[in-house]
Amino acid sequence: MALQMPVQDVAERTAAIADENLQLEGPLLPILHDVQTEFGCVPEAALRVIADKLNLGRAEVHGVMSFYHDFRQAPAGRHVLKICRAEACQSLGGEDLADGMRKALGIDWHETTADGRVTLEPVYCLGLCSCAPAAMLDDEIHGRLDASALEAIVEGAER
Amino acid sequence: MSLIKETDYGTPAATSENQVTLTIDGFEVSVPEGTSVMRAAMETGIKIPKLCATDMVDAFGSCRLCLVEIEGRRGTPSSCTTPVEDGMVVQTQTGRLKDIRRGVMELYISDHPLDCLTCAANGDCELQDMAGAVGLRDVRYGYDGDNHVKQRDGGGEVNARFMAKDESNPYFTYDPSKCIVCSRCVRACEEVQGTFALTIEGRGFGSRVSPGMHESFLESECVSCGACVQACPTATLQEKSVIEIGQPEHSLVTTCAYCGVGCSFKAEMRGQELVRMVPYKDGKANHGHSCVKGRFAYGYATHQDRILNPMIREKISDPWREVSWEEALGFAASKLRAIQYEHGKESIGVITSSRCTNEETYLVQKLARAVFLNNNTDTCARVCHSPTGYGLGQTFGTSAGTQDFDSVEQADVVLVIGANPTDGHPVFGSRLKKRLREGAKLIVIDPRRIDLVRTPHVSAAHHLALRPGTNVAMVTALAHVIVTEGLFDEEFIRTRCDWDEFQDYAEFVADPANSPESVETLTGVPAEEVRAAARLYARGGNAAIYYGLGVTEHSQGSTAVIGIANLAMLTGNIGRPGVGVNPLRGQNNVQGSCDMGSFPHELPGYRHVNNADVRDIFEQAWGVSISDEPGLRITNMLDAAVDGTFRGLYCQGEDILQSDPDTKHVSAGLAAMDCVIVHDLFLNETSHYAHVFLPGSTFLEKDGTFTNAERRINRVRKVMAPKNGYADWEVTQLLANAMGAGWTYTHPSQIMDEIAATTPSFANVSYALLEEKGSVQWPCNDSTPEGSPIMHVDGFVRGKGRFIRTDYIATDEKTGPRFPLLLTTGRILSQYNVGAQTRRTENVVWHDEDVLEIHPHDAENRGIKDGDWIKLASRSGETALRARITDRVSPGVVYTTFHHPATQANVITTDYSDWATNCPEYKVTAVQVSPSNGPTEWQEHYEQFAARARRIEAAE
Repeated sequence: MALQMPVQDVAERTAAIADENLQLEGPLLPILHDVQTEFGCVPEAALRVIADKLNLGRAEVHGVMSFYHDFRQAPAGRHVLKICRAEACQSLGGEDLADGMRKALGIDWHETTADGRVTLEPVYCLGLCSCAPAAMLDDEIHGRLDASALEAIVEGAER
Repeated sequence: MSLIKETDYGTPAATSENQVTLTIDGFEVSVPEGTSVMRAAMETGIKIPKLCATDMVDAFGSCRLCLVEIEGRRGTPSSCTTPVEDGMVVQTQTGRLKDIRRGVMELYISDHPLDCLTCAANGDCELQDMAGAVGLRDVRYGYDGDNHVKQRDGGGEVNARFMAKDESNPYFTYDPSKCIVCSRCVRACEEVQGTFALTIEGRGFGSRVSPGMHESFLESECVSCGACVQACPTATLQEKSVIEIGQPEHSLVTTCAYCGVGCSFKAEMRGQELVRMVPYKDGKANHGHSCVKGRFAYGYATHQDRILNPMIREKISDPWREVSWEEALGFAASKLRAIQYEHGKESIGVITSSRCTNEETYLVQKLARAVFLNNNTDTCARVCHSPTGYGLGQTFGTSAGTQDFDSVEQADVVLVIGANPTDGHPVFGSRLKKRLREGAKLIVIDPRRIDLVRTPHVSAAHHLALRPGTNVAMVTALAHVIVTEGLFDEEFIRTRCDWDEFQDYAEFVADPANSPESVETLTGVPAEEVRAAARLYARGGNAAIYYGLGVTEHSQGSTAVIGIANLAMLTGNIGRPGVGVNPLRGQNNVQGSCDMGSFPHELPGYRHVNNADVRDIFEQAWGVSISDEPGLRITNMLDAAVDGTFRGLYCQGEDILQSDPDTKHVSAGLAAMDCVIVHDLFLNETSHYAHVFLPGSTFLEKDGTFTNAERRINRVRKVMAPKNGYADWEVTQLLANAMGAGWTYTHPSQIMDEIAATTPSFANVSYALLEEKGSVQWPCNDSTPEGSPIMHVDGFVRGKGRFIRTDYIATDEKTGPRFPLLLTTGRILSQYNVGAQTRRTENVVWHDEDVLEIHPHDAENRGIKDGDWIKLASRSGETALRARITDRVSPGVVYTTFHHPATQANVITTDYSDWATNCPEYKVTAVQVSPSNGPTEWQEHYEQFAARARRIEAAE
């Protein structure tokens, strides 16, 4: 279950993270990464603090954050499964693989299973075209998948 | 008359002196190095198709429509991002380019609605123009796929990509379905306005323009300057007035009637209806930029509160009676004459307006001098920048800013004292912020943390948050550091200033009593910070000072101005671009009204009335004999009224009851007079004490000139007939003639000719010259026939620059146990002065009441929470308003604005004033703040009184 983070805590923790990164050249992305690591997402309250710390408009911070799909507005499930939907994987059954997984998990793209275990995301190329179709569970990549192999991988992940 | 179409060159002009020659479509063209191929083509008259480029912002290269082919280069580079090179051979139209452009346009149009006929931008849409230019005939992709255009798809399902129109801003709409994501609005907000309120959110097909963090325009940081609306090539960002009325058909260039920046606008008309005001790119003060007031807040001109018929009454307790012009003027003239007959010719006077044109102001002071035959003329500049006139006159020899606004582009260090440019002078504020983003350093001296201290991409190197009333101590401390640390420019001082006076001054400032360490107890600013700021100002390169009413509206206002002038002379920061001393004038024509001889001791051109040669010029021109005795200042008029010796006043376009300090004193003076003539657009607060009301005309309804803070004389052009029947200069002439003057002006140009003939600094100014040049900066005479952007270039006007000692003398207005806090006042972006105009526009959505800013510490001590009603009391009076708790003000300091008559902040302010000029001390009042449960008895009483005083008798 994702707990609501009190706004005050987000602001204080984000301010501390920003301070740690202020000396970097181009500190915005490192700060966004650290904030996401801290909270599992980049809460709106954090964006205002980051804008203030870096003396940027809040629109600019929102623009950068929303440009990258991997920065989330709300926390993901305990595992994130990304299935490749780019051309090479499509040509070797990637679409079917993805459809099968959506059915098996009972969720659509960008959604999280009811038990909060898996979030499903599309990805456009993992750089594994020679081993298509490919997917990535958390930080681990997997190639030459079929429905049962992918199911086994997801099943095998920690509850 | 036709609609003025300005050429869009696509990219900004390059400033290099090196010329580069290239060939475009067979034509040879020479342009400055650094110019884009697109701009070079446009300068020869070849228009390369474009969407994301416009010359108000830097090239971006995203629309892929402006591609060209260049001999010897591969591919099809975008002409906006490709700089010209010597010998380049460019083709702008080839088979390959045609195909690419059509393909690109097809993609754009496949995600754009095809409702051109009912679209507000029809006739003024660059997307439409480009579809025509590239010969788009077909869109092969159809309109059924993914899109941002339709609310529902063919099957009736909701289209998740569709975003509804945002109509939150009162003046323009944002319709995302028409957006082509060229990001011109985002770049205009960043580069031109410097607010950074917009961004492109998401990526790829999901990219959308987003105010703030996916907020509405009104909730975002947007300041409604209109730059994005102007930049938008489609109807995505569109003025609501255009949606309502339609496209304009003719336009005239005129000058904004709000602040002293004096922006040029195209008033775009349909018949006599004003469709919109669009900032004019050739305007030399604003270069095509605007703020929310000039761009949008003109609705007061047609507001229902405007009074269009003359009115009179015997007693102020009577209701007003509408009468003919003839009757009103006859009534006024006979009253004034009767007063003079009974009480002497010194018993009546005039107040000229900084809101009216030079020509109108000139006539009003001429009315006093040539018809009343006294020098009882004063102006609202008395209460704002009179110390500037005195201080700069004494030190430099002329009462005006030394630079043009363009000068800021070459400043390396900017010192802002007692001014809040982003609110008070927004267009200059944007130009300043642009320079600061380029790397110039900023020092702010202000009790309050104004926006400039820290705003996206700009932060002050030093903010000296001094206690109100200690400017002179601070400025002298800066001079102390410059002198004692040897940071002054000896060569400049020796050649340009009086060396003996410098030595005397140096001895004075070097006194340890003037050191930052010694004055720390007065100013509350750490000495080390003051020393660092002084070093930066003296040694940071070109250093420019910009100051405002936070300097002048003090008991030592004139001393502070002198101190500022001393700083500039000490460091040699005078007489070239990028430096100087620049008063930011509050109102559109403060400079002009002072130039025109509005002060009781000065004839036009700042020449004293005791100077017989000068009197002679005017006596010849006017055929009267002029008094050599200076007349009464506003405060003296009111004092004399209470004493019974001053009994009649003609007050044009100024609301002295609301704007002048110590309201109770003003009302007592007005109530004691026999004939008060108010000439204004509205029944303002002063009119409650008036016997004659002459309806005024707006800046849209008359010809004339305004002179802005950089001494620039700009034309005001009549775009509609006066709704009240006469322009203000005609009304003054009618009044003069009713008193037997026999004036025969038929056009304001004749008045300007008279000014030029009598005033040396205006000698060459004429409407013909203004027509030719657009504008000129005085002095404009035979030695500087084209005007003077920068003054004191080779020497000071007075000869040698003069250093004057600046002893700090604390104001008599002191805090104590009963009044422990210091109140200082200011203004806000969306409102203007007493609010007579802006309160009658949609600008009230941003600021519908005055609030009191108070530090959390002071609020907690008093048990005050944010939004609570509080009572604000001083030795003069008390009022009530709501509190806003903020650390923008320091502990011990509170701040408010004076835009709303319901608050009447000037009930609180005292009658202390500048020692030299009587400019009131608005910026320091000792006050106490306590919880309250609503308006004070005085406010309620005043409201009833105002309602009674405004009654107009029903027509028979």
